[in-house]
Formats: sequence, structure tokens, C-alpha cells
Amino acid sequence: MKKSIQTDVLCIGAGIAGLMAGIRAAEKGAKVILVEKGHALHSGRGRGGNDHFWCYIPEVHGQDLDLFMKECLKTPKLKTMQSGTASRVLRAFLAKSFDIVKLWDGWGIPMRYQGRWEFAGHSFPGDVLTHLKYEGRDQKKVLIQKAREVGAEIVNRAMVVDLLKDRGRIVGAAAIDTREDALMVIEAKAVVLGTGCLDRLYPPPTPAWMPSIPGNLTLTGDGRAMAYRAGADLVSPEMPKRHVGPRYFSRFGQATWVGVLRDPSGKPIGPYVTTPNRVYGDMTPEVKGIYLEEFLKTGKGPVYMDCRGISKEDYDYMMHWMWHEGNAPLLDHMKEEGIDIRKHPVEFQTYHIIPEGKIWIDEKGETSLPGLYSAGDESMGGISCAATYGWIAGENAADYAREVSLPGGDAGKEEIETVEKTIRDLTSRREGPDWKEANIALQQLMQDYAGAVRSESMLTAGLEYLQRMRKKAEESMIARNRWELTRCLETLNLLELGELVFLGAGARKESRGLHVRADFPLTDPVLDGKEIFVRKTDGRPVVTAKKA
Amino acid sequence: MPPVIDREKCTACGACAEYCAEDVFFGSESGSIPQVTYPEFCAHCSCCVYVCPEKAIWLRIPLPMQLLYKNPGG
Repeated sequence: MKKSIQTDVLCIGAGIAGLMAGIRAAEKGAKVILVEKGHALHSGRGRGGNDHFWCYIPEVHGQDLDLFMKECLKTPKLKTMQSGTASRVLRAFLAKSFDIVKLWDGWGIPMRYQGRWEFAGHSFPGDVLTHLKYEGRDQKKVLIQKAREVGAEIVNRAMVVDLLKDRGRIVGAAAIDTREDALMVIEAKAVVLGTGCLDRLYPPPTPAWMPSIPGNLTLTGDGRAMAYRAGADLVSPEMPKRHVGPRYFSRFGQATWVGVLRDPSGKPIGPYVTTPNRVYGDMTPEVKGIYLEEFLKTGKGPVYMDCRGISKEDYDYMMHWMWHEGNAPLLDHMKEEGIDIRKHPVEFQTYHIIPEGKIWIDEKGETSLPGLYSAGDESMGGISCAATYGWIAGENAADYAREVSLPGGDAGKEEIETVEKTIRDLTSRREGPDWKEANIALQQLMQDYAGAVRSESMLTAGLEYLQRMRKKAEESMIARNRWELTRCLETLNLLELGELVFLGAGARKESRGLHVRADFPLTDPVLDGKEIFVRKTDGRPVVTAKKA
Repeated sequence: MPPVIDREKCTACGACAEYCAEDVFFGSESGSIPQVTYPEFCAHCSCCVYVCPEKAIWLRIPLPMQLLYKNPGG
């Protein structure tokens, strides 16, 4: 069955970014449809909640935005945002962030703690505090209510497979129903991508147990993959990110723990804190995410998050925020097992590689393709950035939509036919690897050939293996039902993006951050403020290093 | 395997199957007690636990994911 839908603004993904984009575009008078692969209430990285909102509040931080921005840029992960468009994007985010805080507070997401702006976590002792504590447990429920209030329509259980193009402009998307045998062709004047992270490309902390990751199994970089296929610029797909948290029971929220990371003898492994401190958590893993993994390799581990000695007030404070952070399953598990963080140090570890690569956007949230916008983890990470850039992208997409008309005619015909063929192939085969087999094969190549340490010879070999395996997967993967079909389409996106990690890592002939090249151990100053750009041109990836 | 449904308490309202982002209850029929079709894809977000009006769902944390801790006090 094929359904046709027309709209002004199509938001792909109903996470924090997509919902904010949808709300703003609808407020501006656009007809809005949000298409969500799972269910909007519990999808995306913000599904369980959050308790840290990076923002600039003049009455707290002073009137000098540029000075505040300079303080923020100390964080290693922001090093590439020091110049060019990326720096304007960062500035636009900070300038708008307080407005979003006030909006959320007004909509019913409590942004004040005991009536005040409370800042804690994600900051070095003695330094400027950058993250507002907020009660985000029900943030998705509130945003969905708001989206409905302003007339944005949410379609759950639909996975967008590809974007539709017409004369260089993005004019909609083709999506599958993830439960029923149906294809949706959505014509749109503007599209906002907000599909989130790339959580399933590298092996999880427990290799045989895919869900032992802190993120979401269904976040497979769909937006990045379809933007790339449509010809948009991606930036630095090769840069790895490593989060830290409880070992095996992988969860985000390291900055919500009020404790000290210690070795078994009780010695802190980092220089920042020696006793539990509710304002400044242990920043050691935020300086270098892989530090705990390296520590284990020396044989001096394990490393524990030690909250012993915490005051009663600080314990209650931490537990309050753990709940809002989205750590309900962890709290429930501790209760069931009789684990009390006031008595029991909990082992921490470095989690698997999550590639940071992004869709390039300008300060309006627009990608390098007209009519295509992007926000959230796929273009600027974190809940506060997703909320703020979702809003900005939604506003600009609505403005853009007012100036153009729907393409009509045969627009996107080629893309729709390709999607139909892919689905037919996957669902008609009777024998072959399922999505999981292909995904595991991909994960092992990523880990072993483009992992923590990289080199020209390993990257070259790995890329060759990957391309061979990818071709085989494309020609033989099977989907026995719609659920498996969804996983197969995700895996095809992962295969696409895995290849781009190899290409980016090969082009970045230096070591920087967590991208370590055994054959280029130094950081090349020439690449400061630059990114590796990848764009599909005439069916082939073109890789260049230039200012972001 | 996670999640575990208490068949005595479950009223087959289908809320868990409706909201699960990973759709581990895929194939469940409306009006029947949901089936956990893909337990190995459960991300342990516990949305089903908290959305269940009857408190009929318990999330069993699999052995490879149990929290590791030390017990200095014995």
C-alpha cells in the first residue's frame, strides 16, 4: 500500500530537536508533520529525562556572551567550534539558550530548583558553571502536549528511508510503516532532520549483548546517512567520542554522580576532586573519555565511582537528579540488589566508540542542501543544543516553506523507486544473513580496523573488507517481518556511515582528541579550526579538509 | 528475559506495546496480553514499567549487565 501525504514542514524524528522544530514551525503557521520511527513519548536520547541544560543566563554569567563562550570553549570537545560557521552556530545557540529555558519553564518542564537557577556539574572546580540543573523526567510528555496544542501532527512507527530531491532541492521523504505493509510518500516544502546519534556502529561494552550501551539501539544515524546520500556535507565522521559510566550497566549521566573516581587503594584517579562535591562532579572523564580504559590496561584498576562520605543533603540531591536524568532503571536495579552508593563504590568504565561526525549546518540550522535543515545530536550534540537548534531550524524551515511551493509531478520518483526496490529485495529473499549478523560483522570491522588506534595500513585493509562485506549484505540480507525490515534499513545506514568513518580517518593524517593515528602521532596545527568534510559527488565520496 | 509481564495483573491494555521505542512487543495483538517478541533488543529504559497502570511489568536486568560494586563494609 502506498500513501501520499503533503505538508509544509516535515520533521524526521520526534526527539527533543524534532519536537522543538515542529512546535516552532507550527507556531509560525506551517502545516507540520513529525515522523517518528518508534513512539514520540519514549524515543531519542532525551526519552528518560535529563538534568543538565547547557545555557547562557546573563543575570548569572554576566553580560559578556563572548567571554562566556570563551569559557565554554575550554571543553576539549568544542575545540573545532573556535572559528568559521561552527563558531557562529555556537554563538547563536548560546544567545538563544536562555529564551528556550524560559519557554520550557513556562510549558511545565521545571527549569528552576527551589525557585532559583541552579548550576552544577560538567564544570571544573573554580571555573564558570555552564550547565543548569533542571527536572527533565517528563520533558518528552510536555513537548508532545505542546506540539499537539499548536497543531503539529505526530506519526509514530514510521521510518524515513530516504529524502526526495527535485532540481537540487529537498522536497520530502519516503518512509515505511514499521508494523504494517505500507509506504508513505511525504511531499514537503522543507525538511528538518533530527534523527539523533549513531549508537550501534561499534561493538557494545558487552560484545554479545547489543543493548549494553548507554544510548538507544534504534539511533543508527539515519539522518546523516540520508543527508549524505542526498548530497549534503557531513563533517568529521571519523572523530570518536567515549562516554563513561557504570560498567556493563551502561548509562549516561556521569555528571550527575556526586562522588570521586578512585583506584582500588582509594586514590583519586584524577586531579579535580578528593571528596564528593555536589557542585563539581569528577571531571576526569570529560577531559579524556578513554582515560578509564587506559587505566584498566595498566593493571591498576578497577576504577570506582566512590560516593562514600557524601552528606545526607547531597545524597538526597543526587538521587533527585538521578531520577530526572533518566536513570530510573539504574535506581530500581540498585534497590533490588541492595546496592547503596553511600556504602558501595560502583565500578565505572569507558564505553564503546560513538562517532561524533555531524551534518554540517549554518547558524540558521540549514544544511548545505536548500530546503534541508538539521538539529540535535546529528548536527550539534546535547539536549540543550537539540532544543535550541530545533527551535531555530523549525523557525527557518517555516520561513523557507512560505517562499516555495510543493514540487508536484514526478519529483522524487527515482528515490521512491530505489526505496521500493530495496524493500522488495529484503523482504522477498528466503535465505541470507539477518540484520544482526550484518550489524555484528560491521561492528567488528569498525572496532578492529578503525578503533581506538588507527593507521594507514589498517584503515586501508579495513575499508576494503568493509566494502566487500557491505556489498554482500546489500545483496543478501533478509527481513522476515516489518520489525526486521526496519532493523535491516538501519543496518544499511550503518554500513554507509561506517565507510565514511574509514574515509575520514584516512584523510585526518594527525592525532587529535580521541582520533589516534599510530603513523601520525602529532596534532597538526594546520588542521586547527578545520574539519574533514565528506560529500557525495557523482556517486562517490569526496573528502576535503576545510574550515567548519 | 526483560521485560517480564505478570499475567495475573496484566489487563491487556497494550500501553507497554504502544510506547516501546524498540518495539520489543512487535506482533502483539490488541486485547491480548502483549508478547515480548524481541527481549534481546530491550534497552532497559523501563518505559513499559512506568507506563503500566497495573504495575504488572518488572524489568529483569540480564546477568551480563548487572552492576559491579565492592562491599568494603562486608
